[in-house]
Amino acid sequence: MLKKRLIACLDVADGRVVKGVRFRGHEDVGDILELAQRYGAQGIDELVFYDITASPQGRGVAPDWVARVARRIDIPFCVAGGIRSVAQAAEVLAAGADKISVNTPALENPDLIDALAARFGSQCVVVGIDSIRDADGVWRVRSHTGDPDTMRQAGRATLDWLQEAVARGAGEIVLNCMGADGTRDGYDLEQLAAARAACPVPLIASGGAGSMRHFTEVFENTDVDGALAASVFHKNLIAIAELKAELARHGIPVRL
Amino acid sequence: MADAVIKDAVMKDVVLLDSGGSNYASLIAAFERLGARCTPSRDPERIRAATHLVLPGVGSAGAAMRAIGEQNLDKLIADSTQPLLGICLGMQVLFEHSEESDVACLGLIPGRVTRLPEAPGIRVPHMGWNSIRSIGSNPLLEGLDGCDFYFVHSYAAPCGEYTRAVTEHGLPFSAAVGAGRIHGVQFHPERSGPQGARLLANFLELAA
Repeated sequence: MLKKRLIACLDVADGRVVKGVRFRGHEDVGDILELAQRYGAQGIDELVFYDITASPQGRGVAPDWVARVARRIDIPFCVAGGIRSVAQAAEVLAAGADKISVNTPALENPDLIDALAARFGSQCVVVGIDSIRDADGVWRVRSHTGDPDTMRQAGRATLDWLQEAVARGAGEIVLNCMGADGTRDGYDLEQLAAARAACPVPLIASGGAGSMRHFTEVFENTDVDGALAASVFHKNLIAIAELKAELARHGIPVRL
Repeated sequence: MADAVIKDAVMKDVVLLDSGGSNYASLIAAFERLGARCTPSRDPERIRAATHLVLPGVGSAGAAMRAIGEQNLDKLIADSTQPLLGICLGMQVLFEHSEESDVACLGLIPGRVTRLPEAPGIRVPHMGWNSIRSIGSNPLLEGLDGCDFYFVHSYAAPCGEYTRAVTEHGLPFSAAVGAGRIHGVQFHPERSGPQGARLLANFLELAA
């Protein structure tokens, strides 16, 4: 039986892992390789490295830490941030990443998703969606979320964009619920359930994890394929082995 | 299982059959962590000198078969005598035909690869960790019955007499196959933690 995945997200800035709250105020939380290996040893199922400095710097070449991570760890990892073209994706994948994730560049140029899927296969192509509920009750996508000063409305309803991304070849969707992100108040179950119903490919919950209960809740109520978190893992607020044992007690299939 | 090692003292010389893909870094690293040498090559001399051959998957079945043909790797594979391991798409092209790109494949193992059907709660691609159930005794899978491995694929090989391990995602499919010196795994051992390392170590223990 396919297991539910626990995914640790590491925001990377200038070769270090950092963490911001609601995308603001980054603090240094450690060395990339050290954290990646620690998570691997603790039993995390997958890692996402979000290069938050790649986009502003307009970088085109895969940073050398991608190759170093690929050599060192033996679980799958995805690289997000700054991938704007098939050529840039090819470099990151050649360096050893298993998947690449695109967000703002896909909103600006949706054909990028088709091109990436055609070249590398859908299973390599993750589309990240940053979404928040507007005053009229509709979930809508935000773009350029890496920097609070440039963040903007992407002009798309979240569920419409999700379905378009899948139709264009996305093999996995990471839905970051911005209203919950950084709060540690729990995943946005309502939004994730709506996204689940609309999403035929693997769906990963992101934003809001604060306790073990939040993970059991999200798997029991929304049937997402994986749950992503950052600060609760970085700060050792939740031990991964304990979390997996807790999920197993609730009958949720996990890799032990 | 965290410290999978090769018991045999002879240096293992693995060649990744290079059909032009570039995503070999994690496989090379996985073999190097086991103390083996591992290099991509399409040079007939180099391939003949290898102790073990690995056929990685690159892109789609159609693209992979085209590249294999252009590099004459089909002939080199047929003429080789070493243990060979196809990984993911590299396992699928060992079969006779793939529904992906509707293309004739290497035909080293009978059967046709088809797309995994979607069903309620069954998402395609099949992406993530799933357990295998091994069939009979098989040195490649020794110590690994019931273990979880990392899968990422949308097409799969049916179960048949060459199936060495079964995984279920909606329907059962071949997670590992074997026919003499020819082996294949649908999952990615290089990304499957200690269990994956154990599988690669088991492979390196196989003699020609």
